[in-house]
Amino acid sequence: MELIANLGIGLGVAATPINLLYCLAGVFLGTLIGVLPGLGPTATISMLLPITFSLPPVSALIMLAGIYYGSQYGGSTTSILVNLPGEAASVVTTIDGYQMARQGRAGVALTTAAIGSFFAGTVATLLLALFAPPLAEVALKFGPADYFSLMVLGLVASVVLAHGSLLHAIGMVVLGLLLGLIGSDVTSGGQRFTFGLPQLADGIGFVVVAMGMFGLSEIIRNLEPGDDRAGLVTSKITRLMPTKEDWKRMVKPILRGTALGSILGILPGSGSILGSFAAYSLEKKLSKYSREFGKGAIEGVAAPEAANNAGAQTSFIPMLTLGIPSNPVMALMAGAMIIQGIQPGPAVITEQPALFWGIIVSMWIGNLFLVILNLPLIGIWVRIIMVPYRFLYPAILSFCAIGVFSLNNSEFDIFLMALFGLLGYLFIKLDCEPAPMLLAFILGPLMEEYLRRAMLMSRGNPMVFLQRPISATLLLMALVAILLVFIPAFSKTREEAFVDEG
Amino acid sequence: MTSPIRSMKEFLTGIIYMTIGSGAVLISVLGDYKIGNAVKMGPAYFPMVLSFILIFIGLISLIRSFIKPGTPIGAFAVNGLVLVIIPTVLFGLLARKLGIIVMLPFLVIVSSYASRQFRWGPALALAVGMTIFCTLIFIKGLGVPLPILGSWFGG
Repeated sequence: MELIANLGIGLGVAATPINLLYCLAGVFLGTLIGVLPGLGPTATISMLLPITFSLPPVSALIMLAGIYYGSQYGGSTTSILVNLPGEAASVVTTIDGYQMARQGRAGVALTTAAIGSFFAGTVATLLLALFAPPLAEVALKFGPADYFSLMVLGLVASVVLAHGSLLHAIGMVVLGLLLGLIGSDVTSGGQRFTFGLPQLADGIGFVVVAMGMFGLSEIIRNLEPGDDRAGLVTSKITRLMPTKEDWKRMVKPILRGTALGSILGILPGSGSILGSFAAYSLEKKLSKYSREFGKGAIEGVAAPEAANNAGAQTSFIPMLTLGIPSNPVMALMAGAMIIQGIQPGPAVITEQPALFWGIIVSMWIGNLFLVILNLPLIGIWVRIIMVPYRFLYPAILSFCAIGVFSLNNSEFDIFLMALFGLLGYLFIKLDCEPAPMLLAFILGPLMEEYLRRAMLMSRGNPMVFLQRPISATLLLMALVAILLVFIPAFSKTREEAFVDEG
Repeated sequence: MTSPIRSMKEFLTGIIYMTIGSGAVLISVLGDYKIGNAVKMGPAYFPMVLSFILIFIGLISLIRSFIKPGTPIGAFAVNGLVLVIIPTVLFGLLARKLGIIVMLPFLVIVSSYASRQFRWGPALALAVGMTIFCTLIFIKGLGVPLPILGSWFGG
């Protein structure tokens, strides 16, 4: 029973009073910022990242993980109450969640989301504990070509999941890869695309790009004339407890959502987005109440919320075992690990068992805190959601400015953030989604490195990517993902799914 | 609508992709980055490949913009752009010189002004509140090395 022993190690780390406190603080802060309309996990984590720099590695990562699910759950709260999803993964929750709120069942919807998330989080954490170690062993067999193909798959998935034109999403990925190469070239040591600026010698910081493109440009977009952000809390939250009928109706969707979300969350590039969309569509097909979907069906909240949270946990698997971040949030987590002096990858489990298992156990504790914290505090979150945007955004801007400065104590990062804010807004106006670009940005240098090594080992023969079974399988999956977009039924769902996100 | 451009979004995206792509090629050539070969890739190999892909995507986008009608770009938040970006840059330029006791209220008030519901009272209150809060959390608590009172005031 190695698993129990390992979880014991983890519990010993995660359950120390100080780490419990950081976990709680993370969940609380994450929810606090996550409920602010328009702020998703990426923006929240990049804003709060500097706070964790001074902590010891385990505490920092525990807190960041807490911030992650906190902000995700906060996003669901905003989706249900004011129809404003903070991020793509909670878009589907708005469909039925907001309708439930309009029917005066906001409390029930929130409880359903919390229960679904908690159950899914528990299962997915167990899955993570079970499958991460064997996967890390598989990861040791990964050659450079396999890593390269894995990243291709991740980028393809992020393109397929982006809304708007496929061509432009691919363009954004290529652009992100290029931007990621700014700085020193690892192999030759020479400077590339730095315009002679010493501040660019180490490349552009990922957080700088994230804050610019997700923080600043989002603010500018919300200041557009005619956008009144009219979402209002429709009614007072009266009862939180679901009825007996509700309980009965939510069980199966939660189970199915958990399963789908866990599996799809492992796929690179998707994180929790794919799971929540898939779970919603599946329920709509299977449910005998399918006519109620879109009009406040409880299944339409339970399934995607469970999937969303399960995916959030299992998306840690590729990052912790392979060291490859599969979405912008994981890229931030990987960045935080590197700042703490830990190289994410298969070695983490064996070299830092306390850290690895501590994080896993803290995930479950964090999920527990979410339930304990969120239901009683719902009144506070509602009040925060009601804070008018005109007070919110100057505060966000101030946090971004000071936060981005504190990364390197450099004014230059503030200028870069402003530049990316400008660029990000331009791309939003042109319907080019920034998320794939951000993922590509972090993967750029890694991809180049693995491409170089793969080609060096194969003596310049590109067939190596098809000859190695792992690599070939991953590339095949990428090809299937691209082809899916051209199947009319799928592309229609893709359009529909993103229609509300705008 | 006499313009042959049927989708401004496609057109501009195409231009941006092509500009950045050719810019990267140009920098690589001018900076004399080595391309190398497939076995031993030089610093310019991967960026060159990416740049040409980007130029190609830009080109397709450009061609499409004359064929497929698109939705209009919509009004730009000019107010928002100017009143968010400029004070942020000024904050970066002057935070050490004037200190955050000047620059934070400046950032908060100027950016608040971008909202159509701007009122002096609440904006001033927010500025004061944010300055106190950020000073306590970031400067005192987390030790971010930004002066409260900048070097121009002898701080």
